[in-house]
Amino acid sequence: MTAPFRTASGGRVERSAPVSFTFGGTAYEGLRGDTLASALLAHGVHQVTTSIKLGRPRGVGAAWAEDPSSLVQVEEPFPDPMQLATTTEVFDGLVAHGVPGQGRLADIGDSARYDSRHLHVDLLVVGAGPTGLQAALTAARSGARVALVDEQSEAGGSLLGTADLVDGRPALEWVGDAAAELAAAPEVVHLQRTTVFGVYDDGFALAVERRTDHLGGAAPREVSRQRVWRVRARRTVVATGAHERPVVFTDNDRPGTMLAGSARTFLHRYGVLAGSRAVVLTTNDSAYRAAVELSDAGVEVAAVVDTRAQAPAHWAAECAGRGIEVRTGSAVVGTRGTERVTHARVAARGAGGVLASAPEDVACDLLLVSGGWNPAVHLYSQARGKLAFDTSLGAFLPTGRLDDLLVAGAAAGAQELATCLRQGGAAAATALVELGLDVVPVPVPSTPPAPPATAPDLVWTVPDVDGDTSRQFVDLQRDATVADVQRALGAGLRSPEHVKRYTTIGTAHDQGKTSGVVTSGIIAELLGGGPDDVGTTTFRPPYTPVAFATLAGRDRGQLFDPVRTTALHDWHVQAGAVWEDVGQWKRPRYYPLAGEDLETAVLRECAAARTSVGILDGSTLGKIDVQGPDAGELLDRLYTNLMSSLAVGKVRYGVMCGADGMVLDDGTVLRVAEDRFLVMTTTGGAAKVLDWMEEWHQTEWPELRVHLASVTEQWSAFPVVGPRSRDVIGAVFGGADGGAVDVSNEAFGFMTWQDTELDGVPVRLARISFSGELAWEVHVSSWHAVAVWERLVEAGRPYGITPYGTETMHVLRAEKGYPIIGQDTDGTVTPQDLGMAWVVSKKKPDFVGKRSFARADNLREDRKHLVGLLPVDRATVLPEGSQVVELAEGGELPPPPVPMLGHVTSSYRSAHLERPFALALVEGGRARAGQLVHVPVKGRLVAVEVTGPVLVDPEGARRDG
Amino acid sequence: MQMIRCPWCGPREEVEFHYGGQAHVPYPAEPAALSDEEWAHYVFFRDNTRGVFAERWAHSAGCRRWFNALRDTVSYRFLAVYRPGDARPALDQAGASS
Repeated sequence: MTAPFRTASGGRVERSAPVSFTFGGTAYEGLRGDTLASALLAHGVHQVTTSIKLGRPRGVGAAWAEDPSSLVQVEEPFPDPMQLATTTEVFDGLVAHGVPGQGRLADIGDSARYDSRHLHVDLLVVGAGPTGLQAALTAARSGARVALVDEQSEAGGSLLGTADLVDGRPALEWVGDAAAELAAAPEVVHLQRTTVFGVYDDGFALAVERRTDHLGGAAPREVSRQRVWRVRARRTVVATGAHERPVVFTDNDRPGTMLAGSARTFLHRYGVLAGSRAVVLTTNDSAYRAAVELSDAGVEVAAVVDTRAQAPAHWAAECAGRGIEVRTGSAVVGTRGTERVTHARVAARGAGGVLASAPEDVACDLLLVSGGWNPAVHLYSQARGKLAFDTSLGAFLPTGRLDDLLVAGAAAGAQELATCLRQGGAAAATALVELGLDVVPVPVPSTPPAPPATAPDLVWTVPDVDGDTSRQFVDLQRDATVADVQRALGAGLRSPEHVKRYTTIGTAHDQGKTSGVVTSGIIAELLGGGPDDVGTTTFRPPYTPVAFATLAGRDRGQLFDPVRTTALHDWHVQAGAVWEDVGQWKRPRYYPLAGEDLETAVLRECAAARTSVGILDGSTLGKIDVQGPDAGELLDRLYTNLMSSLAVGKVRYGVMCGADGMVLDDGTVLRVAEDRFLVMTTTGGAAKVLDWMEEWHQTEWPELRVHLASVTEQWSAFPVVGPRSRDVIGAVFGGADGGAVDVSNEAFGFMTWQDTELDGVPVRLARISFSGELAWEVHVSSWHAVAVWERLVEAGRPYGITPYGTETMHVLRAEKGYPIIGQDTDGTVTPQDLGMAWVVSKKKPDFVGKRSFARADNLREDRKHLVGLLPVDRATVLPEGSQVVELAEGGELPPPPVPMLGHVTSSYRSAHLERPFALALVEGGRARAGQLVHVPVKGRLVAVEVTGPVLVDPEGARRDG
Repeated sequence: MQMIRCPWCGPREEVEFHYGGQAHVPYPAEPAALSDEEWAHYVFFRDNTRGVFAERWAHSAGCRRWFNALRDTVSYRFLAVYRPGDARPALDQAGASS
């Protein structure tokens, strides 16, 4: 297919590299270097889609990310919604179509890879146009570490879309030399196709690099598709150029209507004529260049319509020489056409911008518009830089610089190429001097003298012939019009932030790049006053949309969060464990035999532990090595009970509370030596407890001579549990080479520990029970965990030793009324609430939490207590979290809101009790022992008896076997 | 993301740190001597300052040491960092520690 609007030569496209793509079901040919927009325009296709609310045809309105209208859905090679035709590079096999405001996410996983990199530099230069290149060259020659980051496919910025000369030769030759010099500089990272989308504190910037998007299906699999660069820069030079802004008039959304500078870009960069007969509406000098250059390229320019009373003399002469009519003191008041503009309606303007003549329809298929230029101040503003409206330029400009960020070139309001080049070098030099580097100045290249500039006009809207503002589009993507702004003001809104939210102007993919300042201007016009009185909305990251997949990078799937496994993980896998995630740990929940489900497996595992012997991998328990002469003193201040009195060789259970008296964690403490304790914590509390201890030690009691270290992963721990555990421990360690361990009650009492060795491997045995059964905890270095575990399993074979998981552990401890901190407690529960007043020392004058126990609220009799619940039907397993209620007289529920007495915290089926049971926190629960309360379960009320929390072996007869 | 200067490690990224609330709220010498209200003020009440605020931070993903900082709660800027036990530094008018 021929491309009738492609110029014969010129542009940055590779004419020898045609690519085939499909848009809207039609096959087209483009050139490598084209965007989807330029390739379509080359075929005379302007309409890309229809609008989101009104269904009006919409086309290409600009040449890059500021375009509010040309949204497309990429379908091949992988679905990608909400892309702009103007920023999507074409490649072989691209399949896309326009979308009215909403795209479609792929319904399959994205197999592309995304990653991130860190970069630390002296100077970050954002934008590789003339300003940025001159800044980067200056920094590079001065020996600074530099990052030059630019969002286009190649360096050059605005020079890519002009016919400018630098140093007497085509500007892009200068650009090419500059890029080559930077590529050879050892401390320069030069990134193209990379958008700095956010600037944050202390020189931190985030950029997204589109590494393979332009390659389509040919992208190498091993290269990440997109990459987030996390740049930390000592100084940043923002050289992001400027966005042309439109003028709002009736039917200004018709395809074929385009920003004037963008038409120059399509011509010079892509070798594409945006139309065959053009009308140019302008308020300033810049659009004359578009008129003249397009005319020279073969476009018939029907008229330049200048809102100003007088045309700039230089440009008037240039137009006259080409036979281009210039209509001063006039404006385009509307357009005609359906899918494409066919006429621009031109009328004279009188005083105050009112229309002074009937409109004349001027035939055209391209309507170029320039309402002036908005410096791209986004990054400066994100970094909390203040803006002020410059009336002479008709734009919001940075009011200065920030501590570590400077703005230069068109982004700072510079109008001429020479100014940009000079400012770029100067900004870099300023930054380098501040960093203490010796500046090697780069001569400012020469540029042809610019024609004398004349003052721009400030025109936001052109009145409609009939006063109808409902087709005067401010934000094309949101279908928001001047009428919508009027409605917002009529509703009393004044701030542009409020108008934005009322009208949705500036909330689309482009975040108001062309509509934001115009809206401020319109508000000012309608309210009286200047744009400075109105201000702008806040600029926030990201500058352009960034996909979540890109931000997620490699942190997906298995890499989303670290997975912690114990030394025995492979053994558990072999044994067919079903896993439970406990924080980051993988723990076996139960080990089903063939045909078993959770319930039957757990009943079997529980029965084994209560009648013979079971073994649990408890290695995930937190372990903290506490060493130093004041170790006991520190523990005394943090535990509710006395730890310093613990004898070496003994074990004590302890509870820690916050200063508010609420239980924080619990566990056993082994006194290893006079000046050394091993503190065991819950699995989930390991890090928290270590932090807690460090916090008090460092911030309140730095005088205590004590050191804390986590040894959670160094030590594996296996509870061997049940009446036959003595046989198993005796068989393995009774003849141990490190000295036979006497496992009798007399020699190895409850809550004591002993060290021994097995084949030269040190092993610590501790008689600790979390089940009420006779039990030993076996501690061994994780390097030898598997060997020792397998010895234990082998020795237990005659007794049917049964590995059990967390579920059985929970049932066994619940039968004994042992709470799990964080499951049976929630940060509002004191030790007394748990029925554990015995663990609170009366002797110690103080410890963290003690004073709070005496607070009036903590002395209430009706506090929630931990109690046992037994469903009277002996069948219902109460769902954890169920509410506990009391029936009114007559056995009915009280009228709503039904008072809640508490809730079920743990609930299981008990093999030992041969019935389900639960633990619950119930108001005044201890006084309710023996009473019936009710638990609503799926619409029926289950009667439950309140009991003490200890349901199995309340006398503690089983723990010694 | 801010850089926070750990007094032990030097400047590190904000994500390595953990906030610890208002600084210079010492554990009462004799909690048992306090009324419920006085004790509640220690446990539950903290200042909500607009402007320079002395607060505690922990370099939790680094050296795990606690320190104090003066920070402007309006601009978020760290004005000074100092070790626990050190006196709160004086700030000159520009807000930098002297």
